[in-house]
Amino acid sequence: MYSIAERIIEGLAQLLRNFSGRRLLIWLPFMWVLIFVVCPCLILFKISFAESQVASPPYSELIEWLSGHMLQLRINLGNYVTLFTDDMYIHGFATSMLIAITSTGCCLLLGFPMAYAIARSNEKIRDILLMLVILPFWTSSLIRVYAWIMLLSPCGVINSLLMKLHIIDMPLPLMNNSYAACIGIIYTYLPFMIFPLYSSIEKIDQSLIEAAYDLGSSPMTAFFSVIMPLALPGIIAGSALVFVPALGEFVIPELLGGAQTLTIGRLVWNEFFSNMSWPTAAALSIVLLLFVVLPITFLQERKQIKALAGD
Amino acid sequence: MSRVRVSLLVLGLGYLFLYAPLICIAVYSFNESRFVSSWTGFSFKWYISLLSDPIILQATWTSIKIATMAATMSVCIGTIAAIIMNRFGRFRGKTFFVSAIAAPLVIPEVIIGLSLLMLFVGMEKLFGWPNRIGNTTVVIAHITLTIAYVTMIVQSRLHYLDHSVEEAALDLGASPIKVFFVITLPMIFPAIILGWLLAFALSLDDVVIAGFVAGPGSTTLPMIVFSSLRFGISPQINALATILMTVLTVGVISAAIVMYNRKPQDGN
Repeated sequence: MYSIAERIIEGLAQLLRNFSGRRLLIWLPFMWVLIFVVCPCLILFKISFAESQVASPPYSELIEWLSGHMLQLRINLGNYVTLFTDDMYIHGFATSMLIAITSTGCCLLLGFPMAYAIARSNEKIRDILLMLVILPFWTSSLIRVYAWIMLLSPCGVINSLLMKLHIIDMPLPLMNNSYAACIGIIYTYLPFMIFPLYSSIEKIDQSLIEAAYDLGSSPMTAFFSVIMPLALPGIIAGSALVFVPALGEFVIPELLGGAQTLTIGRLVWNEFFSNMSWPTAAALSIVLLLFVVLPITFLQERKQIKALAGD
Repeated sequence: MSRVRVSLLVLGLGYLFLYAPLICIAVYSFNESRFVSSWTGFSFKWYISLLSDPIILQATWTSIKIATMAATMSVCIGTIAAIIMNRFGRFRGKTFFVSAIAAPLVIPEVIIGLSLLMLFVGMEKLFGWPNRIGNTTVVIAHITLTIAYVTMIVQSRLHYLDHSVEEAALDLGASPIKVFFVITLPMIFPAIILGWLLAFALSLDDVVIAGFVAGPGSTTLPMIVFSSLRFGISPQINALATILMTVLTVGVISAAIVMYNRKPQDGN
């Protein structure tokens, strides 16, 4: 008995010591992410099973004490059922996927030659070239979207230039479609593609490529059998860095995509602000979160398997 | 020779794509006419009308206050988190901790904003705090968003630092607190500055999260820009964008130069 009491006291003392002074400072990040990252996600998950109602806040409680000794648990799966049966939401997911895949592909096509040229450039100017890639990222993303509104809108730079040259009589519908949204996303996220590509291309041993040429391979073969496989980690990382934010993007499709480019991000916003339907917005967010988290966990697993294989 | 030419062409076209739209904004901010289609003359009138707009000035002040507070807090918490991740070895729940810290990097902004607002509403119902959404909620949301970036930057700096200097100091009898302030902090200072700048820029840039958690009295600058962009081109926004681009570019380049000059000293 004595030893148990002693152990309990010792444990309590240790707990107190853990929570005092320096330890408290160390607990700050833990508490912060627990309260402001983990907790909100759980609340989101909870509300996605609630029912919409006219009240403040506009959703029903899942667990309720009824009169007497009844504890009622009401789980509403209706929000999720709507997501997978209503055409608007299915279309929203398809649009987001299509835009994200297209922009990731275009970023790769644009970013690879640039990253390659930077990696093979003179060492003295390499830092400046990289700096120039990242610099637009520091200016506000709204400004970058605005730049494309200015270029593409019916009375924008491109249309007024073409009309002045009498090439067209009516402004071309360049804006308010999914292509414009794609261009905006490509423009915004191109640096995210170039950086990982650069760092893996830079590591490629130039003599390997020369060896491929010496052994008689064409530039195409050299590219696909030597450069591509060696740059693969950069390609995967860059694609993930573009694809993930593109999937949940709100601002760019909202401003450049017009009314018909309803992506998931915009649907969440509309459900919340226009329809005041918190549960539907929450359910949409949970599904979107799954779409974002799944590719990342897949990549993580791959990395771990690779690390294991490397050992 | 031809390979160099191809490389120059690729870089030229790439940087044209990155910079031509931004230069366009700056050029048209000096156009006297309201319309892009006609250039009627060089003028500063959009800058003058911008700087005499009380709503924009008020929003700019709000944004700067929020971004300063958020970046400073975020740097404090992020640095502690980076040290925990890098110097504490393995501990139970480390994977969970690291994932939770990094989560805001990948969670779409719409979801961060929505879930935080739901948290604030729930907290208000339970504890009566925060008693309404406003500046405080925006600062909290921006701290949560930017901690991840600060942690990653400071963490990678810590990763490349020589651990033995700290160990030597500990062996010679310095307390862990003293080791942190005398040895670790000066060595990771460039990363902290970079993290602060990035957090500041991200906070100054955010419109989606603020759109959810900002109250009526805490309209930030990006929110005003966003609502005016829905109506298309406006030369005032051109002027504002040009000012912002100039300030941020000068800030980033001078920070880069300072850090570039520090580099050789750190190597020793």
